[in-house]
Formats: sequence, C-alpha cells, structure tokens
Amino acid sequence: MNMKELLQLKVNGELHQLTAPVQKTLLEVLREDLQLTGTKHGCEVGECGTCTVLIDGEPVLSCLTLALQAQGHDITTVEGLEQNGTLHPVQIAFAERGAAQCGYCTPGMLVIAKALLDKHPSPSREEIREALSGNLCRCTGYLKIIEAVELAASRLTSTRG
Amino acid sequence: MLRLPKFEYLAPKTLSEATKMLADHGPDAMAVAGGTDVYPKMKRRQFLPKLLIGLRHLNELKGVQGNAHSGLVIKAGTSLTEVSNHPMVRESYPGLATATGVISTPILRNMGTIGGNLCLDTRCNYYDQTHHWRAAIGWCMKAPGPKGWAIAPERAPEKGDIPCRVAPGSPRCWAVSSTDSAPMFIALDAKVKLMSRAGERLIPVRELYRDDGMFYLNKRHEELLTEIHLPPASGVKSTYWKLRRRGSFDFPVLGVAVTLRQAPDGRVERAKIVLGGVGSHPMEMPQAAQLLMGQKITPDVLDAVAQAVFQPARPLDNTDYHLFYRKRMAAVYVKRALTELASM
Amino acid sequence: MARTKDFSVIGKPLPRVDAWAKCTGRAQYADDLSLPRMAYGKLLPSIYPHALIQHIDISQAERLSGVLAVITGESLPVKYGIMPSTQDETALAVGKVRYVGEPVAAVAAIDEDIAEEALSLIHVEYEPLKPIMSIEEAVTVKEPRIHDYGPEGNIHKLVSLEFGDVDAGFAEADHVREDVFFYQGNTHLPMEQHSALAQWNPAEEKLTLWSSTQTAHYVHRALARVLQLPEHKIRVIAPPVGGGFGGKDDPFSHEICAAKLSMITGRPIKITLTREEVFYAHRGRHPVLMWVKTGVKKNGKITAMHFKSFLDGGAYGSYGIASTYYTGALQTITYKIPAYRFQGMRVFTNKPPSGPKRGHGTPQPRYAVELHMDKLAQDLKIDPITLRLRNLTGPNHMTVNWLKITSNGLKKCVKKVVAASGWKDKYRKLPLGKGVGFACSTYICGAGLPIYWNDMPHSEVQIKIDRTGTVTAFSGAIDIGQGSDTVLATVIAEVLGLYPQDIKLVTADTDLTPIDLGSYSSRVTMMMGNAAYEAAMKARKLIFKAASEKLGVPVKNLVAKERRIFDREDPKRALSFAEAARLAETRFGLIGAVGSYKPPKKMGNYKGSGVGPSPAYSFSACVAQVDCDSETGAVRVEKIWLAHDIGRAINPILVEGQIEGSVYMALGEVLMEEQIFRKNLHKIPSLLDYKSLTFKEMPPVESILIETDEPRGPFGAKEAGQGPLNPVIPAVANAVYNALGIRIEEIPITPEKVLKALEEKAKGKLARVGPDGIPDYKFPDPIKVEPPEEWKQEHPPVSQAAEKVG
Repeated sequence: MNMKELLQLKVNGELHQLTAPVQKTLLEVLREDLQLTGTKHGCEVGECGTCTVLIDGEPVLSCLTLALQAQGHDITTVEGLEQNGTLHPVQIAFAERGAAQCGYCTPGMLVIAKALLDKHPSPSREEIREALSGNLCRCTGYLKIIEAVELAASRLTSTRG
Repeated sequence: MLRLPKFEYLAPKTLSEATKMLADHGPDAMAVAGGTDVYPKMKRRQFLPKLLIGLRHLNELKGVQGNAHSGLVIKAGTSLTEVSNHPMVRESYPGLATATGVISTPILRNMGTIGGNLCLDTRCNYYDQTHHWRAAIGWCMKAPGPKGWAIAPERAPEKGDIPCRVAPGSPRCWAVSSTDSAPMFIALDAKVKLMSRAGERLIPVRELYRDDGMFYLNKRHEELLTEIHLPPASGVKSTYWKLRRRGSFDFPVLGVAVTLRQAPDGRVERAKIVLGGVGSHPMEMPQAAQLLMGQKITPDVLDAVAQAVFQPARPLDNTDYHLFYRKRMAAVYVKRALTELASM
Repeated sequence: MARTKDFSVIGKPLPRVDAWAKCTGRAQYADDLSLPRMAYGKLLPSIYPHALIQHIDISQAERLSGVLAVITGESLPVKYGIMPSTQDETALAVGKVRYVGEPVAAVAAIDEDIAEEALSLIHVEYEPLKPIMSIEEAVTVKEPRIHDYGPEGNIHKLVSLEFGDVDAGFAEADHVREDVFFYQGNTHLPMEQHSALAQWNPAEEKLTLWSSTQTAHYVHRALARVLQLPEHKIRVIAPPVGGGFGGKDDPFSHEICAAKLSMITGRPIKITLTREEVFYAHRGRHPVLMWVKTGVKKNGKITAMHFKSFLDGGAYGSYGIASTYYTGALQTITYKIPAYRFQGMRVFTNKPPSGPKRGHGTPQPRYAVELHMDKLAQDLKIDPITLRLRNLTGPNHMTVNWLKITSNGLKKCVKKVVAASGWKDKYRKLPLGKGVGFACSTYICGAGLPIYWNDMPHSEVQIKIDRTGTVTAFSGAIDIGQGSDTVLATVIAEVLGLYPQDIKLVTADTDLTPIDLGSYSSRVTMMMGNAAYEAAMKARKLIFKAASEKLGVPVKNLVAKERRIFDREDPKRALSFAEAARLAETRFGLIGAVGSYKPPKKMGNYKGSGVGPSPAYSFSACVAQVDCDSETGAVRVEKIWLAHDIGRAINPILVEGQIEGSVYMALGEVLMEEQIFRKNLHKIPSLLDYKSLTFKEMPPVESILIETDEPRGPFGAKEAGQGPLNPVIPAVANAVYNALGIRIEEIPITPEKVLKALEEKAKGKLARVGPDGIPDYKFPDPIKVEPPEEWKQEHPPVSQAAEKVG
C-alpha cells in the first residue's frame, strides 16, 4: 500500500481535509474524494482541456496536477462559479446561447471563460478563441461558445461600467 | 481513467536541497516542474520513476531578469505563458515570444515551464502510445516492456534486441526533438546553466542536445537545468515558424527558428537557422546560413538558402504528416521566415 | 402553413431545458455516478489483430489481493449484435480475436489500480492468423475468414439492385462519365468516454445499468439475451450522454461485462473506457471506395446512374448491413434519377468495427455524387448550380426506388445559399488559391422500419398531470446533446399552453419510461415529437372539457397559452392552468394520457427496401469558401453557408447548434480526421494524434433555416442533427477545385495530397489525387425492381421529358 498524505485543499472557498495517495491527481480527488463531479475528464493526459479548473484564478489541467501540489492555493471548479445561488454571467450566457449541447466540455469552457473575463473584461473574438483553444468540443463547432463569452463580457462590462 | 503509477514525492524547500535529493536518490528519482510532459508519460508507463522531486513551488526557479543590453536570464521554472508574455522578451527577442507562445495550448503553457520545454522528451508515434499499444507492436528500444524503463530515457540499459520501430535496422532511436523553444534559443546563441550538488556549469543550448532519440540530453542525471542566459539582443531580429496540423495542441513537426542581423544597407551580418522537429536534436543549418552572409536578401539568395536547408533535413515517418512533406516544408518555411525578418 | 409567430413556444429561441444543469456542473453523466460498495471493472484488450485464443490463464489475477472477479469469453458465450441478422459479437472474445483492442477478459477489483494490475497478470496464449487490413485484401483473400458467415471469403454483405431500365437510360444519354472516389474512415470522438455502472440486486434478482448509451432499449434487449435474464428483471437508465454521434448506438462489451461482474460479485461495478478504448469501441464512419457512372442529356438531365460501393466494415457486423444499403439508398432523394442501379459490398477486416456515424452511410456517396455532378457540369459546360437545379426532386415525389418525399425545400435551400454566399460574384472569379464550392444533400428523419422486426410503435410518450398543475412527461428518448429533452418539453408546452421549463421530464429509464428506440437515425424529433403531441392533445382534451364546463365556454373556443386556459373571444374568461388541472382531476380522476408513433408503412417490396424509407426527408445546400496555399498545400476554410430544410424549427437555437456542429464535424472529416492503421494497429488512438478541429480552425457559419411545414412532422418539424453534415464535405472539395484546379478524390484533403495534385498539374498530367479503381469483382446480377406506379405516372420516359424541358 502506498503512503497516503494528509491533504488540505481549498476548493471553491471551502477548506477540505482528506487523505489520499501521493499519486492522486487533483482531478481524481475532486471527483472521487470530494464528489465534485462537475469537473469532467476526456483523456487524462492533457490532450483535451475537459478537466480544466482554476488555481489562483489561472486555468490548469486537473488531470496533470497532483492534488498535493494544489495545497495552499485557491481552487475553483465549475461548482464554484455560482455565488450564493446566483449564476455567474458566463453560465447564464452559455445557457441562453446554446453554448452547451451535450454539456460535457462545458465546465472546462466555463471556468476558462470566467478567468478570461476576470483579466480582460472586453476580450476580442481572437482573444476568446485563443483563451479557449486548449479545449475540445465535439458538439457545438465552438461558435456558440464564442458568442456566449461575448455576451457575458458585454453584460459584465455594462454592469461594471 | 488513466492514472499515475505509484511513486514517492519529495518537495525540496530550496534549489540546493533539490540537487541534493537528486544526487542522493540517483536514477530512481526524477525532477518534475510543470508536469505536462512527465505525468502523461507516467500515465502511459513510459516513465516509471520511484521518486519524484517537485520543483513547481520553488520561487528560486521563477522569473526573468536583465535587459536587452546586458542580456536576459530566464529562470527555468518560469511558465511558458510568462516567458511568452514578458515585455522584454516580446520587445527584444520576438522569435522567442512566438516560439513559446505557440507551444501546445494556453492552459499547458500556464503549467509548463521553459526549462521543462528544453528538456522535453523526444517524441515518436511508436513511443508516445499507451502501455497496451506498445505491447501490441512489440515495444521499442526507447521504452521496452513490459514495465518500461524504470526511468526513461537516462537509465536505459544497453540497447538490447528490441528494435527501433520506425527504422528497424537502426542501432539507435530516432525519436524526434519536439521542443519549440530549443531551436529558438540555439538561434539566439543562448546558454543554459546546469546545477548539481557538485557545482554548476554554463553551456550553449546547442550543446545540451545529442543526436540520439534515447539519450538526447547532455545533462547528467543529477543535474538540474536552472537558468537560460540570452545574450544581448544587439540588433538581432528573430522569428519562429511552426508547422503543425492545427493551430493549437500540436507539437511541431517542423519548427524553423531564424535570427538575422543586417547592416544598414541590408547586407546580412549574422544569420542562424535552426530546425526543430526533423531529427532527434535541433538541427543547425550552418551552410544555409553561410549563404546569407554579406548578401542582401533577394529571391535568388532565398532559393539557394531554401535548397541548402532542404538537403540535410531528414525527417522519418514517426510524427504527423508525411516525412517528405515535412522535408519540403522546411525549405518553404525557412524562406518565409527569412522574408518576414528581411521586411522588418 | 402556420407561421412560427402563431406559436407560443415553438420556434422561439429559448434556452434548452437542461441548460441549467449542464452549465452548473450538476448534470450527472454515467461516470459521475457512484454507489455504496462500488467496485471497478477493466477490460483486457487483445494485442493481436487476428489470432486464435489457445488458452487464458486467469489464476494469478484472481489471487491478487483486491480482485473480486475475473471473467473471460466462456462466462458470456451468447452472441449478440445490433442487427438481428448479424448476431456476431460476444462481450469477450470467444476462441478468436479479430482486432487489436478487442476485449478478451474482464476484471473487477476494489479500485482501478488493482484492476489494472490484475489485467497484467492474465496470460493469454494466441496463435496468430494473417490479418486482413484493407478492402482490396478482403475482396481477394478468401482464407483465413474473419467470420464464418457471409456470401464468401471475407465478404460480409452483397447488395445488387436495379430500379428502372438502367441500360436503356445510359443508351439515351448524350454523355456518360465514370468516377472513382474514396472516403476515409473516421470516428465519433465524443468528449465523454463510454461509461457503464451496473448494480445487481440479488434479493430481487434484478439488474440496473446506467450507461452512456444512445440506445437504452437495444442495450436492454442485448443484456437480456446475453445474461439470459427476463427483460423485466433489467432496468437500463441513460443519464445525460456526453456526446454520441452514433458512437454509442450499439450494445457494448463494457456494458455487458459490468453487468456480469456485478452479478458475480454482488457489488455495483463501474467500467469507464479509456480514450484509447473509445477508439477501439469505434463503430465509426466506414471507409468506402466508390464508383459512379451517370448518363446525362445535353441539358444536364440525368438519364441513369450506376453506383457501386465497397465498405470496410472492420471486424464485426454492427449496423453494417444498414450502412451498406444507405450508401446506395438516398441518391434518388436529392436528384431525379429515372433509372438506378446500386451494387454494394461490405467486407470484414481486422480493425475495430465500423458502424453508424452522423449521416450513417450517406456522407460517403454524397461526397462521390456531388464531386461527380461538378465534373458532369464541367463536361457539359453548364454552371454547377444550374445542373443541380435541373435535376432536383420536388415535394410530393415518389422516387424510382420507392421512397416517398413529402415536403421538400431543397430548391429554396439552393437559391438561398447561392444568394447569401454571393456565389455568382465568386465562382470562377476569385484570385488563384481562393475558391467556392457547392453541394446539396438529403437525410432521413428516422428509419421507416425498426431494427428488429415488429409492428409496434417506435416512440411512446406518457403524460401525467396532477392537481398541483404539474405536468410530467415520460419518454424513453435520450438526450445526447442534440436537445431531445427540450423538444419533448417544447412540444408538450405548446399544446398545453405552458413553458418548456414547466414540464417535468422523466426520460431514458426502461423501468419508468415507455419505449423510444433511441437517439439515432435522426428519428427523435419526428417520432418522439409526434408521440408527445398526441399525448399532450389527449390530456388537453380533458383539461379543456373541465375548463369548458367551469367557464361556460365551448371547448372549440378555448385557448391554452401563457399558463392559462381562456376564451378566444373573451380572454378575461380564464382559468390558470393549475386551476384547470384541478378541475379536470376532480371531474375525471388522475389525468394521464399516452401517445404513440409509428412511421407510415414502407412502400417498396424488395429485399433491402427497409433501408431508405422515412416519414420525411430533410434537405440541405452548402457553399464553402476556401483559401488554399499552393506552396504548402494548406486548405483554410474561410466560411460556410448552409441552408437547411428543417420543416419547422421547434427551437432555432438548437437547430443552429446542430447545423454548426454538423459543419464542424464535416470539416474535420474533409480536412484532417482519419481512423488509420499501421502495422495492423490503430496509428493514432489519442486526442492529440487523431486530429480534430480546434477553436483555431473553425470558420464562421451562416445558417439559413428553411421552413416547409412537413405534414408528417410534429408542428411541421424535421431533423437537423445529421443532414447538414452531408453537403459540407463535397462543397469543400469542390471549392478546392475552384481555387486550384485540382481534384482531391479521397478525403481527407491533406496538404500532402494538394501538393501532389498540384505537381501532377504542373507536369501537365491529370490534376487529381484519388483511388485508381475498384476491385475487379463481379457482383451478382441485380434484382430488378419495377418502379412504383406513382413514379411512372409522374415520369414519362426521359426522352419525352427532355423535350419538354427543351
């Protein structure tokens, strides 16, 4: 039996304590230990972007991050996008624009969109494409995802402005 | 779900502690920074280190120092995103900004480090496959089965009877150097600092590589790549052209790094052309570059240079795209890169 | 025709009903599920493409601590397969393996790591056989046979049919041309890896399986057959499916093994495929070699067509019989073909089985025919659009092969897409390297016949309305992302005067929901939509009756809208829907209603006539604009215009989503996706190496929805999920010709092929890359099928018709 580590992970603002073998990835711990199954997986080797979460606001692949390395950082998953029951504007825009079809790549896309808009409130279409270009989607042809991010950006800027 | 094999993990608090750990644990240990190359290979059982020494958290390994006049020092643990977006890099070493900005995907550039990209394992589509796939083809010399090398490729024992799958008669491995940054660093005359418990040494990036798919690094196991030193920019223009099927994700199947300095009258005073993705190491094209010296960049000169690049490029059929296509594109991309620099 | 504005919710761009769950991470896919005491299963894949299994030793694996059970083919010997006529699969290989990756044994263990380790302790002795890896080899190599059934050698299926007098048609033609094309195989690549969770309840002797499947009903039947359990002892539930595209249409090994392992261990067992295993599960696009010969009059009118197809079926039958017929069936739906001969062959090879992928069997012939049409136009010096317009079918048309077209908006699609794209200013007018290409196509809205023969409905919906005003709809339809839940809710909401989100849905659960055959063949909107409409109308009748009595308004004057029931003439005389529901329950007891849908009876009466008939056909026309780099051979698609005859858009956002997704998938197929093999192995079984379009490659798409109010569709609706894929591939290929003057007659159109064709062109040779020919194989003489009377009346002999056109 492999040594288990005591881990402290701050996920969506909540501190969790658990034990897990060192080789467990953040993806596995989120899904299997914390039941945060909103984060999906499509290859587990960094070739699809599906399992993206935010660490300190930056998109990272949870399949290529050891859970123990995520200690001491703020982890945000799709479940953490809503605040007190209110959806984040990117979630609303994705729903309205039909940016989610099967919905499987959606959590990864959503957290990246949020990270992008946090940094660049009014991204160009090219910047949106670039930011999301590490994520594959087989349903939408990407176009409605781009539209949804643009819509969310315009709403965010108008409420901030 | 593909999962990591079992290993032990050490988190050194300092760089010197890290080098000590590496030396103490010998070839069973492997250093990991971003993990974007190491973890997939562990999940596919190409690497099976008993011990990982994590470097991701070491602030000593992060940051960019210096300026265009004195040269830059890039710490090896700096993320590819940071290197690519760094104002001094963008301003004075634009080819490096491009080369690091087209690596894989934005997320992987957030995670991956510049040192990791320089040490990127060579790639081959007979080798970068799952354990089961490699079993079905009968393994290959770079990672023979059933358990793979305990740690690849440095501890690979003598080349046994398991052949190279892309060139079965060959005594060596033909996996392909697939780093985007190395050709650019070589074209920029950069150096790397290698640190071990015994001390440190500074070597040109071109000397970091060996023409061998298995033993592709001139780096001792206990050495860590800690810094990259760029010389003063001093009027050297640079660019990087990358051939791949898609605008994201894909490794280069051809990378063309070119640096150029021209006299006010347009005559070339300095030129370097380095190709990535066509052999087991980044390939300098000195003869081609020599054809530029003292010349103005005219269509005739470009044709001659392109021809001189076309001849020595010898890709094999172990990456995406047909090998002849990659060879042919080497000439086209060199021409385009030079045309771009000449017009700047 | 009713206008969309006359509806309350039909045709409105409302969010999908599952959007909230999918945009918050709450949607639970199969692999997200876990149960108390759950253990994990893993499958041992074959490392040989073709071999006899001599011996399997599982003793070491069984002894590993943490291993709960190990099974081999002996534990699951009953054969199954999606088509009743090709029951040729076993859950684990029995006696023989037929492709690398085929499951040979399965393990259950307390965690996935132990299961993986146990696999490495299973020792299999193989006796290798010669692998057969191509169509040409399969046609010529008689031994060894991959299967011991089929007409001969490694031929799985032969079709030879003739409708009308083809020789006479060619004799009448002013011009005849022949072409050969190859369409490479590719795969669905859903982002969600297949996953199944099985739970055996020993007390009740009952099995429950949650699976990412498009066809819970067929999985249900396969489980009953293989596990030898009564159907009522099995419950199959399809959670939201993370993409299917046809890749989750078959019953799969991992589903059956999870079930069996759960029965053995008494614990819930989950098996989730790895990405590599998804490539081996496959059932993707058949590689098809095609030969087409067409006769035309000077004015371009088609007099006859002869089409041959050779399909690489991979190692098992899957849907292959249907796929084979589909490569020949729909040619006559797009263009009027007075005489048509179709000869098709499917072969077995030692590769993962081919099957149904979006467009099932029709993108390949569409590619061939649309390039062929372009070349005919060039031969005749007729504009390619004009040539097509002269041959288009119309509404209420019966084809020579007994297919009945009802609504048909193809002509309008062509005109709209030509206008929107500025075709006339671009065709042959753009600078070298840039070009536009055109193609049109058709697709079915569900198959006229069920996969297993029966006379029962194809889709059934049940509605319950209780005193709280809550409407619950029960349907077996499965939302794989195409939006079937939203269609279900929208149709019922429209009838009852509610909003889609008001309708509670219970779907895709064989214990709770009535039958729907599954999310394949673009059948769900048509069939489930009609069943839902019928059920909702029945329920409304009761509610209106109760409301009528209360309000003193005749039923015929009542309107249901905006959650109210009111008098058309005096809208203030109204009840809320909930009040009306309460009254109805008081008056009639529990309000429940059911609806069923069965397609119209098929028309033709010949062997193979079951493939092709559909309640209705969708139509699409596409213009592609490309920018080609003649130095690198790179083809960049700049824009796609696509007009689609949707009948009616139940929800335009969903329809646009299907069009954009179809365009995306088509561009992958035409530019880069290929399921290729080297040294008998899948060359690139990973998301990195199997190239699919990223955000960077996707061009803008202008979707144009043409509404033709299909009389057989729910609210006039037809399909959108598959049809729009078909014209995109040939349109891009034709655009490359327009840009560079080269014909790439095998997809994908890679830079290497473009450069090769340009080299040939520069040498003054035929500027073409494509197959040299088809295997020299003598098909059986065709079964001659007399065209239907309706067709003959509509179509006097071609010579007379041609004179009329003048």
